[in-house]
Amino acid sequence: MNSIWDGYESVSHFDELVSSKGKPREAADKLVEHIADMEDGELDKRRQMAEATIQEMGISFTVYTEEGNIDRAWPFDIIPRIIPSDEWKQVAEGLKQRLSALNMFIDDLYHEQKIIRDGVVPEHVIQGSPNFLPECIGVNPAHSVWAHICGTDLVRDGDGKFFVLEDNLRVPSGVSYMLENRAITKRVLPEIFEKENILPLDDYCAHLFDMLASLSPRDVEEPEIVVLTPGIFNSAYFEHAFLAQQMGAELVEGSDLFVEDDCVYMKTIAGPERVDVIYRRIDDAFIDPEVFRKDSALGVPGLMKAWKKGNVALANAPGAGVADDKVVYAYVPAIIKYYLDEEPILSNVETYLCEDPKQKEYVLANLDKLVVKPANESGGYGMLVGPHSTKKEQTKFAQLINENPRNYIAQPTLNLSTAPTLIGQGKLEPRHLDLRPFILQGKDAYVTTGGLTRVAMKKGSLVVNSSQGGGSKDTWIVDTETE
Amino acid sequence: MLSRVAERIYWGARYLERVENIARLVSVYDSLLFDLPKKTNISWYNLIRINSNADSYTERYKVRDERNVVKFLLADDSNPYSLLSSLRHAKENIRTTRDVIPQDTWEQINELDLYARHNIQQGINRTNRHKFLNTLIQRCQEITGLFEGAMSRDATWQFVVIGRNIERADMTTRILDAGASVILQPNEDKRVNLDQVVWGNVLRSVSGYMNYRRGVRTAVQSQKVARFMLEDPHFPRTLRFCLNEIHAAAQKLPRPENILRGIETVKELHYPLNNGEQLNETFRDHLNDLQISVSQLHDDLSANWFAFTPCMRKLALPKNSITSMQTSQQG
Repeated sequence: MNSIWDGYESVSHFDELVSSKGKPREAADKLVEHIADMEDGELDKRRQMAEATIQEMGISFTVYTEEGNIDRAWPFDIIPRIIPSDEWKQVAEGLKQRLSALNMFIDDLYHEQKIIRDGVVPEHVIQGSPNFLPECIGVNPAHSVWAHICGTDLVRDGDGKFFVLEDNLRVPSGVSYMLENRAITKRVLPEIFEKENILPLDDYCAHLFDMLASLSPRDVEEPEIVVLTPGIFNSAYFEHAFLAQQMGAELVEGSDLFVEDDCVYMKTIAGPERVDVIYRRIDDAFIDPEVFRKDSALGVPGLMKAWKKGNVALANAPGAGVADDKVVYAYVPAIIKYYLDEEPILSNVETYLCEDPKQKEYVLANLDKLVVKPANESGGYGMLVGPHSTKKEQTKFAQLINENPRNYIAQPTLNLSTAPTLIGQGKLEPRHLDLRPFILQGKDAYVTTGGLTRVAMKKGSLVVNSSQGGGSKDTWIVDTETE
Repeated sequence: MLSRVAERIYWGARYLERVENIARLVSVYDSLLFDLPKKTNISWYNLIRINSNADSYTERYKVRDERNVVKFLLADDSNPYSLLSSLRHAKENIRTTRDVIPQDTWEQINELDLYARHNIQQGINRTNRHKFLNTLIQRCQEITGLFEGAMSRDATWQFVVIGRNIERADMTTRILDAGASVILQPNEDKRVNLDQVVWGNVLRSVSGYMNYRRGVRTAVQSQKVARFMLEDPHFPRTLRFCLNEIHAAAQKLPRPENILRGIETVKELHYPLNNGEQLNETFRDHLNDLQISVSQLHDDLSANWFAFTPCMRKLALPKNSITSMQTSQQG
């Protein structure tokens, strides 16, 4: 190696492209060499090309600030992250296993609650969860599946082993960015696609459509499938429109739908049209003002009743979020064993539950070393990253934990893996990253080829959320088996 | 098709057409004024009058000179009818309907908006105005061409056609009015054939000069130009052509009866354009009547397809009975 890779090292972290000896990993060999062969300034040119592409394609996300909502161009790093296909196969199996068990868990919770009666999961885990919806008890969604679309956050530790950081079972977002990242990379680094055996990922939307169609309550040839968005001002609107377009489904807002005789209809130019499946991108609390938040203008009055009667399918089902809880997370290995009688293929990160007095004591004594998370927040909000925190913040969190121990968990600060990231003036430096693959479950199960890689653009930072200064990379699953 | 989406598609197409038309109008005025002697009493302010926005102009500007008028028409964000405002609306409507239109449309309108905003000064200053406006017109046509070549002829397409042609029909009457108002202004200078210059440019503003020459086969005369622009069934920017397009599109949509009747009403408005007679204020009144009836047509189709009234909810009955309800509504 020469030139640009000189001096690149990721000390004491697992680097996705370069091994600790400074050699490219087998699957990244061609990419590393290709970048090394580029002329001075070429990488920067490609970066500018990517930025122009993003602006032209209008790939944006919305950031909420006190001054109002800002549409920002999607932050993107052109150096892809590479995972060998044999390794990915294992991960994908683990993800399917996990979602399958979680769905059995949710279905059990809203029916017999055997897992609680058998003492595997304590009852207060459900009773203390704001995501357990009594309205859902006894409902039978198709295939007994509640969480149809799941975005699971994975990280690698210092040894390069994958761990599950969290399961997003409510309205996970990011899949459109995964697809757009690939589209940008194809434009920006086209020549590498010829050399490298990169597995395609563009069949996601077809699988999403088939999965949704498999939920239709009516046995019709072409079920009416819609994507329900909160509207243009939602941070993920870009994605909602993208998915609707790719699936050829209608993109609807709450006001486009109404319920009559416990069936859902949409308002069309020809009159009302019956809706079979709703891929909703609105939180539980807002989907039906008759049942949940009365002030919600985003939802559809009567929707819950139509769903409970089995006249319309909702993906994800209301109440699925009960398993998307950082306290439940701690029990997932036990949940897998209980329902599937299998060993978990993917490991959890060690998790301390503050509701347990002993574990709480440990957490309070080690606030400077741990990451403390509220059980029900997403987007990286309301977290304490111990090693990067001040004494004052630690005191504040100690107080919060004591006030509501059920609402907090803690995990050791992970030694997240890194990947080379272009940081201006054609210089590559290691930056921490995670990975969010998407898993579908309806009649069948499916895992995306790779996922959305999010990268913390600030040196040393572990926060990868795009709302908090994170960026993203294309993720390549490179075929290592046929070579 | 969702009523809300239909409405946004309709407006998206209208605004896109408006962007192109404003660019055409300013562009043709530019060349018109070059052709006229300096003393001619024809001003840029005419453009404000024919677009019926004299009031909002006066609120913002005192001086009625070229720079202010062009700035108002092209760049003024506070003028809801300016080119940049229209482009912004077109972009928003396309942005919120990108799931039903060709994928590249969003990219193209986004690029067009960026281009217009970055280079708007070129439109205001004279030196590069022609090039700037021409680029805008071309880019609009690229998008129209993309629709043409990549859209299924489904309901979405019909609303694109209706939106575009309502806007065109309206603009055609305004362009004619611009010509008539120029001619009617007192003008001492007899050295130029004002008729020839003005009506020639009117035709050029709709890219119809050659078509007129081929179709009408006489010199450019005011009544003949007016008749061509109102009644020619072949040229795609005449009032008649636009109305026929709307008619054909409406027929392919559900429950079109009201709209088809409305189109007939517009067509029935007739003005005798006898050879040799000057176009006068009565003709301008006629154009005004046409504009009002086109705007009525817009109200009708909004009520018919975009507004989802409580009585339409009642149609939510088992599938087989919907068809019968629809037929009974039509009767």
